[in-house]
Amino acid sequence: MFARLKPCTASLAVLALSGALSAQPALAKGEVSIGFQQEPTTLDPTSDATAAIDGIVTHNIMESLTTVNEAGEVLPDLAESWTISDDGLTYVFTLREGVKYHDGTDFDAEDVKFSFDRAMAEDSENPTKGIFKPIAAVEVTGPHEVTMTLNNKDAFFLFNIARGDASIVAPESVETNKSKPVGTGPYVFDSWTRGDRLTLVRNPDHRDADKVAMDKVTFRFISDPAAASAALMAGELDAYPGFPAPEMLPQFEADPRFAVVVGSTEGEVILAMNNAKPPFDNVEVRRAISHAIDRAAIIDGAMYGRATPIGSFYPPHGPAYVDLTARYPHDVAKAREIFETAGVDGSTMTLRVPPFPYAMRSAEIIQAQLTEAGIDAKVENVEWGFWLDEIYKKQNYDMTIIAHTSPNDMGNFARGKTYFYGFEDPEFTALWDSISTESDEAKRVSLLQDGQKYLADNAIHGFLFQMPQLGVYDARLQGYWSSSPVLFEPVANLSWAE
Amino acid sequence: MSYFLARRIAGFLLTLFVVSIVVFAVMNVLPGDPALTILGLDSTEEARAALRGRLGLDEPVVQRYLAWIGGALHGDLGQSYSFDVPVSGLIAERLPLTLSLAVSGMALTIGLALTMGLTAAARHGRAGDWAIMLLSQLGIAVPAFWLSMLLVLLFAVKLRWLPPGGFPGWGDPVAAARSLVLPTVALALVQSAVLARVTRSAALEVMRQDFVRTARATGFAPRHVLWRHVLPNALVPIVTIVGLQFAGLVTGTIVIENVFYLPGLGRLLFQSIANRDLITVQALVMLFAAIVVTANFLVDIAYVVIDPRLRAQRA
Repeated sequence: MFARLKPCTASLAVLALSGALSAQPALAKGEVSIGFQQEPTTLDPTSDATAAIDGIVTHNIMESLTTVNEAGEVLPDLAESWTISDDGLTYVFTLREGVKYHDGTDFDAEDVKFSFDRAMAEDSENPTKGIFKPIAAVEVTGPHEVTMTLNNKDAFFLFNIARGDASIVAPESVETNKSKPVGTGPYVFDSWTRGDRLTLVRNPDHRDADKVAMDKVTFRFISDPAAASAALMAGELDAYPGFPAPEMLPQFEADPRFAVVVGSTEGEVILAMNNAKPPFDNVEVRRAISHAIDRAAIIDGAMYGRATPIGSFYPPHGPAYVDLTARYPHDVAKAREIFETAGVDGSTMTLRVPPFPYAMRSAEIIQAQLTEAGIDAKVENVEWGFWLDEIYKKQNYDMTIIAHTSPNDMGNFARGKTYFYGFEDPEFTALWDSISTESDEAKRVSLLQDGQKYLADNAIHGFLFQMPQLGVYDARLQGYWSSSPVLFEPVANLSWAE
Repeated sequence: MSYFLARRIAGFLLTLFVVSIVVFAVMNVLPGDPALTILGLDSTEEARAALRGRLGLDEPVVQRYLAWIGGALHGDLGQSYSFDVPVSGLIAERLPLTLSLAVSGMALTIGLALTMGLTAAARHGRAGDWAIMLLSQLGIAVPAFWLSMLLVLLFAVKLRWLPPGGFPGWGDPVAAARSLVLPTVALALVQSAVLARVTRSAALEVMRQDFVRTARATGFAPRHVLWRHVLPNALVPIVTIVGLQFAGLVTGTIVIENVFYLPGLGRLLFQSIANRDLITVQALVMLFAAIVVTANFLVDIAYVVIDPRLRAQRA
C-alpha cells in the first residue's frame, strides 16, 4: 500500500528529525531476539503460574531433575539416571556431579531435598502444588543421590518433575530468584528492563556449553499483534513463537524472509458447560449442543483455518489420541429436535467469554449456530479477573469457552463437583485413578482412549479444537520447536544457518 | 495570593483523599482474586490461601485501607502483588519515560496547534483555512492507535528510519530519543487537531476587536499582529484546553505505550489491572489523579499570569 505513496506526501517534520539518523544495526551473529506476548511478573517459576516465566526461565536458567523434549518424552537432566522400585513407589535419582549454580555454589542432593520440601511445605505458594501431592518423603541418600517415596503410583511423576514448578533452586539464592534467578542452566540471567526486554547470556561453565550457539538471547515483550508484526517486519525480532493473530500470518508466508510454523500445543479449547446447572445436567441437551456446533466453521472463522478439530479432551499429537470428531456430526435438525423434546427450545443460554481472541471469536460463531438450532444464546464478554472469580471459582455460568493448556489434564474431569465443570461421576474418577497410576505404557494408552471415549459419549463439554502453536521465525533461524508439549522451550538449541 | 494558594492546596489534598477512597473501594469490589490470578488455574486452594495470607488480603478492608494510606503518607506504597518489588520502585523506573512522552507530546501539540490555528485564522474563509480545518477534522476523527500503526508501517517497516517500538533505556540518549519520536508524533497529531480549532476560533474572536484593527492600521506586519497582539489575547481559552489536554495526554500514553510497547506508567497500569495487582493499580491511579489535579492547578495560575484583569480582581 505504501508503494503508491509519493515521498513528498509522506514527509513531515519527522523526516527532518529522523532522516539524518542512521539505520539500526543488524543483530550480531550469535544473538537472537524473541518476541513474547506476555511479560513475566517475577522470574521464579516455583511461585507464579504466569506462562512467560516458564518460557524464559525453565530449562534455560533453571533446570529440573528431568526434562522433556519436543515429542513429550522424558529425558535425564540434573538427574543423570534413576531407578524405580517394582511397586512403583520408590524412585532413586543419581544426580550429575560437578554441576555449579550461576553464583558459583555447588549443586548437590541437599538442594534437591530443599527444593522439593519447599514446594511441598504447608505455607508453599507453588502454583501446581498438586503435582507434589503423591510424594511422601524426599531423602538424601548420598551426596549425589536422592530417594523419593510416593504415597501412590503416579504415571506422570517423571514428566511432572520436569516442569518449572519443580525447578531445582539453591537455599542461598531462593529469596532473590524472583528478581534475579539463579540456576544451573545453560543460560545466565543478565538483565531485565520491566515492560520492555529481558536478556540472557550463555553460561560458559554449563556441561553442554560447547553445543550452545547463541551467546545472547533477548526476550522482547510486545503484546499487541500489530506491533509484533511490525517489529518482525522491521527486523527487530527474529522469532515470535506464540504469535497471537492467525489472520496476520499470510503476509509472513508470502515473505521469503520468514518461516511460518503451525504446530500443536497441549491446549484443548472447549465450550465448557456447567454440568451442575439445568439444562446442562441433561446429557441429551449437551449432546444436542454438540450437534449444533460446526467445528469447521468455528476453526475457519475464529482461527482462520489454523487449528485441528478435537472430539474429546486429548491432544491430536498425543500417542493415545482417538479421532472422535465424528461422534456428533453437525446436524441442526437433530439438535433442534432434541432441544424440543427436552423442552429447552427457545430458552436463553448465556455464553460468558474471557478476553482472549480465540474465545471471543469462537463465541460469536457458536452463538449464531445455537440460534440456528433454536436456542436464544447470549454472549457476555468478561474480563479475566471476573472470569476467574465468577466462572472458575463460583461456577456462576451456563457456558464458557476456554483453553486448557496443561499437559495430562484429563484429570480435570475427576476434580469433583466443586471444579467449575460441575461434573462428577465415580466411573470416570475410577478410570482416571487407573490412568494416573498405570505405569505400563501400552495399558495406559488404552485407558486414555477409554477416557476420551467416555468424555465424548457423555458430551461433558463441546470439544472444539486444539490450540495451535503459531510461530513466525526468521527463515535462517534453526532449532526451535514447532509444537509445545510443555510450557517451556529451551533456547539452547537455537542457531543461525550458515 | 497566599489565601488563593492555600485554598488550592487544600483542594488538591481533599481531591486526592476522595480519589484514594474511591480507588480503594472500587478495587476491592472488583471481582477477581489476586492469588488465583498469580497462581493460575492449576493451583491448590491451600497454596492460594498461603499467598493471600502473605499479601495481607485476609485482613478487613478498613484495616487494609488504613495500612495502605498510612504507608503512602510515609512514602511507602507497598509491595506489588505480582512483581513482588516495592511499588514506588516500579513507578520511579517508569515515570521518566511517561513524563518525557507527555511533555514532548504537549510541546509538539502546542507548536503544531498554534501554527495551524493562527494560520487558519489569518486566512479565514480562504483555501488555507479550509485545508487546515479539514486536516484537523481528520485528526479528531482518527484514533491515536490507528495513526500509530500507520506511522510504524511507514517509518519503521517501510523506510526503517526509526524503531517500531520499545525503549532502549536512558543510557543511550540518541537511541532513547529516536524511540520516542513516533509515539510523540502519534500523540501530538491527534491532540493538536483539537487545539488548532480552539486556537482558530479564539484568534478569530480577538481579530474582530478594535485594537487589532488599530495595530494593523499602525502598520505592523500581519505576522507581528497575529503573534504579538492576537495570540496573547486569545490565550485564556487556549490555556484552558491545554490544561485539559495535558491530563488527556498523560492518560493517552496508556494506549500509546501499549502500541509502541514502551515501559511507561500506562503499560504498567494495563499490566497491573490484568494481573489484579490491586496495590500497584491504586498507586498508579492516585498518581494520575495527582498529575491531573496539578495540571489544573497550573492552569489556574496561568490565568492570573496571562490576564492582568484577574490579577486585579484577586488583589
